[in-house]
Amino acid sequence: MRAMNYRGPKRVRIEEKPMPEILHPQDAIVRVVRSCICGSDLHLYNGSVPDTRVGSTFGHEFVGVVEELGIGVRNLKIGDTVIVPFNISCGECVFCKQELYGNCQEANPQSSAVGGIFGYSHMAGGYDGGQAEYVRVPYADVGPTKVPKGIDLDDAVLLTDVVPTGYQAAEMGGIQKGDTVVVFGAGPIGIMAAKCAWLFGAGRVIVIDYVEYRLEFAKNYASCEVYNFRSMQDPVQAIKKLTDDLGADVCIDAVGAEAAVDAFHTITGRKLLLQAGSATALEWAINSVKKGGIVSIVGVYGPTGNFVPVGNIVNKGITVRANQASVKRLLTRLIKHVQNGIINPKELITHRLPLEEVADAYRIFSDKLDNCIKTVLIPSAK
Amino acid sequence: MENKDHIKGWGIDADAKNDPTYPIKKKLDKKDQTGKTPEQQPKLVEVLTSVERPSLSAVFGDSVPPSGVSGRIRRFAFEYGEGAFLHWLPLIFADRVNEIEGIVDDIKKGAFPDILSERGMKASWKYNKTGVIKKVVLLSLVSFVTIRMLSGKK
Repeated sequence: MRAMNYRGPKRVRIEEKPMPEILHPQDAIVRVVRSCICGSDLHLYNGSVPDTRVGSTFGHEFVGVVEELGIGVRNLKIGDTVIVPFNISCGECVFCKQELYGNCQEANPQSSAVGGIFGYSHMAGGYDGGQAEYVRVPYADVGPTKVPKGIDLDDAVLLTDVVPTGYQAAEMGGIQKGDTVVVFGAGPIGIMAAKCAWLFGAGRVIVIDYVEYRLEFAKNYASCEVYNFRSMQDPVQAIKKLTDDLGADVCIDAVGAEAAVDAFHTITGRKLLLQAGSATALEWAINSVKKGGIVSIVGVYGPTGNFVPVGNIVNKGITVRANQASVKRLLTRLIKHVQNGIINPKELITHRLPLEEVADAYRIFSDKLDNCIKTVLIPSAK
Repeated sequence: MENKDHIKGWGIDADAKNDPTYPIKKKLDKKDQTGKTPEQQPKLVEVLTSVERPSLSAVFGDSVPPSGVSGRIRRFAFEYGEGAFLHWLPLIFADRVNEIEGIVDDIKKGAFPDILSERGMKASWKYNKTGVIKKVVLLSLVSFVTIRMLSGKK
């Protein structure tokens, strides 16, 4: 089968790989029909995530058709088209039983902190991902959900990560009616977080980024205010001025390790890897939230430390909430929102490319070329 | 607060009880705290395991087992805890070594990697010609100056 193959920082190609096999009674083999490139794939693509091995296949956002089932799988049958959550969860461990499906204890031997994630380095379990014609899906009775009526494949593939992560970013913000919410980052997750903030009753939603076309998209898609931080001398000060000088009730970091602009964070976090990525957005979130406010983090950072103003967290009495999205917990509700037209995920998709053009697809997404918001890869296997 | 009726779904999921401890507050009873362990996937390839875990997880990925020089470095790294720089820095170093191993493997198979295609230069050229030209000019200048400086020293 053909699959994306990582060769080193900013180098990927399509290559023939052996077909995945059933390795566990609860495994399924899924033929991929849609697979996205996620913003967090760029951390892998840029070589920022430790233990990203040459030969790995990325891709944790995919939907596909069940082709083969392990003897222990009861809830699926061959031919089902399924939404596969990006996190691999057993459904039985103490964390899964608390619906913390992004924190499963039984899916990643390489780390006690990180759960299992498809195609996300050996730090997240060493699984091959869905930017391929076929993929092995462990715990097939737990995560995969049949694509329901009224949900097309382009909507479905964004329900594997983008929609749940954006939604959980807003949920973790503990947004109360009338709250002012500031979202850092106008990538797909930030845009979705802004959209979902309204569902929790936000009174005002502001998105901060520096890419004009993305800000314009966010303004139209999520009906929010947008500001380009390059036009602000000091983004924190500017946000405070926008929010009665007290700061926002809730700040969401939807950027993570690839944050731009701040020279110190860029050099130490992205170039020298002395930090677990550039924490500019997180620093701004902490500094521009009001006293007693909530900072919600869904941006991805590496496993080592970051320079962030912990003193301000203490002095301002901020609550910091963060997690990988618990996709399975949220899917039923989010599918209804899509069916009812409250969320329209596929409007985020700007580029559809054949899997064979994966190298160009990464370049387009990574460099924000051709006004790209979200890229979907379409494998040709039938 | 101004009227938000124009926003479809506004307030539909509002939850006054969404306090900062959620979802940790959904703690199980003490008797349920242990959970269950699913059936173990057989280990058919070398899998490095965190020293902070009691054992392998019930399932795991089997892609790209450690091998070569990078594999040796990774094995060393996994002797240390997850918070240690002696864990993460060797892993990053191993990744860089692994890239060179990948190029050597390609050459051994008789094909030098098409690095320009792998870096998506076709897309860069299509959508960002100016950027590509700037990079080429800058690289040429740096190379020229470096060569001149080195030849001047001789």
